[in-house]
Amino acid sequence: MDLEEQGAIQRLVESGQRDRMVVVLGTPTAGSTRMVALTLTQGDPSYAGPLAGVPLGLPVYHILEDEVKAAIAAEVYEEEIGPLEFVLDKPGIMEALRQTRAGSGV
Amino acid sequence: MTTDPFPPAETYTVTGTGPAAGRGPARVVIRGVRFILAHVPGLVAAGSKPRRELPAGGAALRAELRSRLRSFALAVAYPPHQVMIGSLAPEALREIARPWHRHPIAGARPRGPGGAIVDQMTFYAWLARADAANLVRFTEDFAARLADATGAGPIPAASAQQIARTLEDRGEPLFHEDERPVGAVAAGHEQDEALSATVLLENLAAKATGALALRRLLDEVDDPDPVEYLLGCGEEAVGDRYQRGGGNLAKAIGELAGVRTAGGADVKAFCAAPLHGLLMAGALVASGRYRRVVVVAGGSLAKLGMKFRGHLAAGYPVLEDVLAGVAIDVGRDDGHSPILRLDAAAVHRVGDGTAPHQMARVLTVEPLRALGLRLSDIDRYAVELHNPDITEPAGSGNVPAANYQVIAALAAQAGEIARSEMPAFAEAHGMPGYSPTQGHIASAIPYLPHAVAGLTDGALRRVQLVAKGSLFLGRMTAMGDGISMLMERNTLRTAERGGPDGGAQG
Amino acid sequence: MVELKGRLVLALGERDGIPAPALERCAVSAGGQVVYSTTQCFV
Repeated sequence: MDLEEQGAIQRLVESGQRDRMVVVLGTPTAGSTRMVALTLTQGDPSYAGPLAGVPLGLPVYHILEDEVKAAIAAEVYEEEIGPLEFVLDKPGIMEALRQTRAGSGV
Repeated sequence: MTTDPFPPAETYTVTGTGPAAGRGPARVVIRGVRFILAHVPGLVAAGSKPRRELPAGGAALRAELRSRLRSFALAVAYPPHQVMIGSLAPEALREIARPWHRHPIAGARPRGPGGAIVDQMTFYAWLARADAANLVRFTEDFAARLADATGAGPIPAASAQQIARTLEDRGEPLFHEDERPVGAVAAGHEQDEALSATVLLENLAAKATGALALRRLLDEVDDPDPVEYLLGCGEEAVGDRYQRGGGNLAKAIGELAGVRTAGGADVKAFCAAPLHGLLMAGALVASGRYRRVVVVAGGSLAKLGMKFRGHLAAGYPVLEDVLAGVAIDVGRDDGHSPILRLDAAAVHRVGDGTAPHQMARVLTVEPLRALGLRLSDIDRYAVELHNPDITEPAGSGNVPAANYQVIAALAAQAGEIARSEMPAFAEAHGMPGYSPTQGHIASAIPYLPHAVAGLTDGALRRVQLVAKGSLFLGRMTAMGDGISMLMERNTLRTAERGGPDGGAQG
Repeated sequence: MVELKGRLVLALGERDGIPAPALERCAVSAGGQVVYSTTQCFV
């Protein structure tokens, strides 16, 4: 995950209201989903950025998750996500999230 | 000994065609295209990512990076590079197991019908030639080697002490085969960040590679008309503190390539700029204002080694080790070159959505439907053709494959195919990615050498070029950008209508 | 269902996946308030 972005998110979280925050991802692959989810829950796995060793523990969801979709107005979801639901590797992305959550307890 | 395939430019002078000769509205064709890949392992550490990450990684990371740099022979034999220069069909990559660097092409040559691969010595000779402000200096020893190896004229040289002083004074080192600099680029101003040595090296690299491509196009594409206008479409920002992105590198590239007959300007639109350039070039030719316009761009030094950590982790060589230049020849209908259908150009508008399927609908479905065509009437879509061996180890996915899946999904939505036929559609109308990750260079245009061949001597009828630009990276908007152009076999409408099509393009 | 109503949403988009503006529209339609939004491009 981009180092500058790690810093920006860290500053935002430290500025307060952390308990109200939730992350929604639009990552295209299982690999990129895992990287971002790990970074924002357990800390930067590459140990290169400001979040190295900083477990923010933010709740992280992906826009393709059925539980997220259920919260969104159906016509908006159809327009903005539409065919991407079956074009992107949804099963792989779901599995990456499951593994990350199992590892972090979030 | 390396021989410079591009000896110092002789000049092209204005021929006798007056402004009225053969002017007036015309159909537009793409007559040819040439790519240049300059293999510059010595400059990988000057890419933006290595430049930021190597200092923190220390000597060990630097040594590891150096140990994974490729030789020129391996860069030439790299299958995707052979596709870039037109010597190998994109589809042939499907028959070669990935990662492709493990399967070098035996007997591969650095020159092909669509371009050439040049070595670092040739690049440095052109870098020196590109330097109009006396800011590039090589060590006396290396300058002599450079002149000897490339047959270039005198190369500007300086003593080791002078080079060291330049480097201490915010200069930028130039490396060849080891850790000792063989030269340096000096800053262009004491305080001006837009003229720092780092920025100037980027701009000079773009100028040199753009000129190499243009020069090759001029030498190889037979065209009776002189070039009248140059449209630059690279991603560098040329200027000084008062106009940081002032531009018109196109004109400087033309000068270096020996063109005297053309003026020009730059088009800026991130990675989508080459297709915006093609649209404007086509409009200038269609209107009759110019007979021959060349769209030109040099390479992006900042993107060298961008994904080097992923490549190191995967046990790959550092694959982002080439700078790419391109020149595209746009002219009046010659009766056989592929037609550029300006009436089928589509541009992503401010009010359009930016999700991939929304973008694809605007760029493919809508312009094709306006012509009465279906998605399956396009033989090949040339999308962003990033080489997946470069992107996947860094977690960036397979960009062209994802683009083809979106187009296939739109074909399924339109009822042209069943959803189960999407993979077959993507394979039949797509291709594997093979472009170096040089931003604007990867955006649809790497297919042009193959499209021109396939639409003239081959069996292709229609090719659509589809490019995107990440405008949001500049922090001025959250929007993306996109543009598409349709190329058609010259005789297609004649054949389909059963008679000659003499009118100007719609 | 993930409750986004009243939550502060960080929309992390990617150009070749779902870009941030699309995530934002979805989140707002679910009653969320977007406090951070960015689209990455890795090519």
